Amino acid sequence: MMRYLVKRLFYAVPILLGVNLLTFALFFVVNTPDDMARLQLGTKRVTPEAIARWKAEHGYDEPLFYNPKAAGVDKITDTLFARKSAAMFLFDFGRSDDGRDIGQEIRTRMWPSLAIAVPVFVIGLATNISFALLMIFFRGTYLDWAGLALCILLMSISGLFYIIAGQFFIAKLWHLLPISGYSGGIHALRFILLPVLVSIVAGLGSGARWYRTLFQEEIGKDYVRTARAKGLSEVRVLFGHVLRNGLIPILTGAVAVLPLLFLGSLLTESFFGIPGLGSYTVDAIQAQDFAVVRAMVFLGSLLYIVGLMLTDISYALADPRVRLG
Amino acid sequence: MLRHLALACLVLALGGCGKVWNDPYPASRARANILYSAFSERPKHLDPARAYSSNETEIIGQIYEPPLQYSFLKRPYTLEPLTAQSLPRVRYYDKAGRELPADAPIGQIAESVYDITLKPGIYYQPHPAFAVDAHGGPRYLHLGAAGMAGRDSLADFHHSGTRELTAADYVYEIKRLADPAVASPIYSLMAQYILGLRRLGAQLEQARKNDPHGFIDLDRYALPGAQVTGRYSYRITLKGKYPQFLYWLAMPFFAPVPRVVDEFYRQPGMAQRNLSLDTQPVGTGAFMLTVNEPNRRMVLMRNPDFHAEFYPRHGMPGDAARGLLRDAGKRLPLLDGAVYSLEKENIPYWNKFLQGYYDASGLSSDSFDQAIRFGVAGQAELAPAMRVRGMQLITAVAPSIWYLGFNMLDPVVGGLDAKHRELRQAISIAVDYEQFIDIFLNGRGVPGQGPLPPGIYGYDPNAYDPWVYQRRDGRIERRPLAYARELLARAGYPDGRNAATGQPLVLYFDTMASGPDARARLEWYRKQFAKLGIQLVVRATDYNRFQDKMRHGNDQIFEWGWNADYPDPENFFFLLYGPNGKVKDGGENAANYANPEFDRLFEQMRYMDDGPARLALIDRMNAIVERDAPWVFAYYPKAFTLVQPWVYNVKPNFMANNTLKYRRIDPALRARLREAWNRPVLWPLGALAVGLVLAVLPAWRAWRRKERQAAR
Repeated sequence: MMRYLVKRLFYAVPILLGVNLLTFALFFVVNTPDDMARLQLGTKRVTPEAIARWKAEHGYDEPLFYNPKAAGVDKITDTLFARKSAAMFLFDFGRSDDGRDIGQEIRTRMWPSLAIAVPVFVIGLATNISFALLMIFFRGTYLDWAGLALCILLMSISGLFYIIAGQFFIAKLWHLLPISGYSGGIHALRFILLPVLVSIVAGLGSGARWYRTLFQEEIGKDYVRTARAKGLSEVRVLFGHVLRNGLIPILTGAVAVLPLLFLGSLLTESFFGIPGLGSYTVDAIQAQDFAVVRAMVFLGSLLYIVGLMLTDISYALADPRVRLG
Repeated sequence: MLRHLALACLVLALGGCGKVWNDPYPASRARANILYSAFSERPKHLDPARAYSSNETEIIGQIYEPPLQYSFLKRPYTLEPLTAQSLPRVRYYDKAGRELPADAPIGQIAESVYDITLKPGIYYQPHPAFAVDAHGGPRYLHLGAAGMAGRDSLADFHHSGTRELTAADYVYEIKRLADPAVASPIYSLMAQYILGLRRLGAQLEQARKNDPHGFIDLDRYALPGAQVTGRYSYRITLKGKYPQFLYWLAMPFFAPVPRVVDEFYRQPGMAQRNLSLDTQPVGTGAFMLTVNEPNRRMVLMRNPDFHAEFYPRHGMPGDAARGLLRDAGKRLPLLDGAVYSLEKENIPYWNKFLQGYYDASGLSSDSFDQAIRFGVAGQAELAPAMRVRGMQLITAVAPSIWYLGFNMLDPVVGGLDAKHRELRQAISIAVDYEQFIDIFLNGRGVPGQGPLPPGIYGYDPNAYDPWVYQRRDGRIERRPLAYARELLARAGYPDGRNAATGQPLVLYFDTMASGPDARARLEWYRKQFAKLGIQLVVRATDYNRFQDKMRHGNDQIFEWGWNADYPDPENFFFLLYGPNGKVKDGGENAANYANPEFDRLFEQMRYMDDGPARLALIDRMNAIVERDAPWVFAYYPKAFTLVQPWVYNVKPNFMANNTLKYRRIDPALRARLREAWNRPVLWPLGALAVGLVLAVLPAWRAWRRKERQAAR
């Protein structure tokens, strides 16, 4: 397995380089360094001189990929791409265009994102699976149909509606929790309860229905009949056998997104005033802060690769027939 | 065990905030003399040489003290000394260095000299940069990597100190305007006026090539335009005459920055910890920034070293009746602090305001109908639900203008000849901004009558644009559409068709507005032009492309606005000054309007002192612009603010950015009303529990039945 992981890590390098190259090319097709300078300097009294000074100060006065004025290897290394990319592979993300250290921002912002994303992931997964298993338990009865109808109803409603409804009823009308905000330490609990609850309910419909489909397929298989024939209770059949065998597709979806939990959720964080990473990238795109966009795309790609590797490992752990090599 | 843990969490979650459960602030601060406000976009820069946006100056205005400030209560906006002993008297000199009289012709004036004397005994807020060691030297300079270890925030520097404000600090800041590492937005403008600033800028550019972010001792660079003349006095020398310079002296750009603070923050390792003047300001103002988490909240607390400053004893007629003089003579600030929370979305912001967790709120379109009703005479007043809560509505017209600009370089809509002028005048009449204000702004605007908005010297509330409006039965009303059609016909487009070719007149509207919200507004514009038979093609684009079009003159009609930097007409007329054209000179004259007569009058007016002669010139300039119609003077925006009943001393002041020190609240009343407004409603929890039981019970029974039934 170790050999496999090392091999995958080496594969990741050209992928990350390619992603970085693509980010550079796409970003600078849409935004010139002049545009970036103009946005950073504001809308008033922006002179060509101020733009030139800003570009020089932030290193955007260099050519993008090839520097014809330089000599030898410097033609490649003395460019915006080489200067800004090399450090990133050492996890030195540099400073945002407004001067703040990106690494420090990421380290600070990932905790609030995780504070929401981890409970939503764990409790959400448990709730969805339990609900799906319940529907399977009562399959064919009015309870199964009612559960299915509820899932479809929940799926049909926009995510934004859950947020607004949650804030309206729980926070505004019943005054049970703060509408938005965040606090450090144990006090964070007061602020994350509502977004976690809303996110779990918002994901329940699609999640439970998907898992129900998976379990539905498993429940008809021979090993289930055998288990029942052995006299096992339905609960043990479901949780001990059906769930275990349904793990592979569950892992495919769940483990891959595990590292991406760091990146947070834009909508939830924005509405609940959670100072996480979710809105960081979008804010940076709006502000044309290339340094942040580049760093977040790099981090997103890296985490995705890690997620896929974790999925492979989890396959091997969940199913003894799978061998990594 | 799990049940106990869950219970403990619930107690912590719900009980951590006292009698109310939804209080987003710590219960210990429920009765604190602290104002609660919000910001929707995090301030990018807090460096006084850099900050220019209103959300930035709203914070640093409370921390930094330039030599002058705007009077809180007096109108029109009036400058008064802040750290200066008096308003500086300007002296003029000719090329030979001889002093000239105050009314000397502009051509003779080679230099203007401002001597500023500071009040002694003003001290900075406590800060580690001022901490001294046993030998009296700076404790936290030259720390090196070892000295920075374990210091991630200012709180990790356990010692702090203060020191007296001196004139050298103001001169140091003026030099910082030229530092490329600071990237001040006003450097290019000030380099035109402050003697030697451009030269200093070139020297610093050279120096920064070797040391892009390190400490450069600006005291070692001479700047003839800013010199220390004594411990408490300094002199600013400008090239020529620039009377508006006094207004700049009331902005944070000219606030003091001590050399030792700059050196402190420029140490290696500081920037990596986000410790810089851009994030941790150091001033002499009434408040100091104690928490800077711009992705969550910013906290200002009272500066313990703040000098003696008192609430004004005199205001305008009516101020006393409005309770604005109740605190006359009291020592400032009246608050202990202010907490600004990041609130990106309007809905939570508005709901938290209604719950009493924000002390004031603007009004978005979503909340407008809940809060405002229009009376029988069309006046805005509070909705009954707001009135019952004791809220106050404060409205004021901002010194800003929105306009529809014509690119004067465009062959169809540009040009100063009669035909093109009549086309623009016809459009000015057809685009009915009274209707626009009603539909899209909920009445929050005043139709524009010229380039100068209210609050700016020279604005005449009785004047109107005679090419667009007419007086009838003592009232000002928009000219009839028939007259606009007549003008259009005279311009060569009868019924919106080219008289020579018969082709319909198609005009292009460039805008950054897009998406569903903008669709209705853009459709409205199409309809306004269609009233004249003109086809309007909307070219919606992003910010970058729009700016690009404007710079290259590839636009025809566009929408733009301007907020006053200072209350002088020069700050608006320069937007129409020929040599300031966007295409030719990269200036702020986006319409590329160039009328030699207007330019000549502008050059006279900008250097004149206020008085009847200047007013006469302003009237003539207004008349020229109104006739030429390079802009459709759309509207002057009107700000609506809702204020909680426990907030006092709120008087809109669009020029001053340091008004927090005058604000007062009644924390006891706030705590009482918050409790009354936010009592937890518990029946939904009970209903939920009952509902769950009712749902689970039949399921449980079905499960039992299923478990017991025999295999089939």
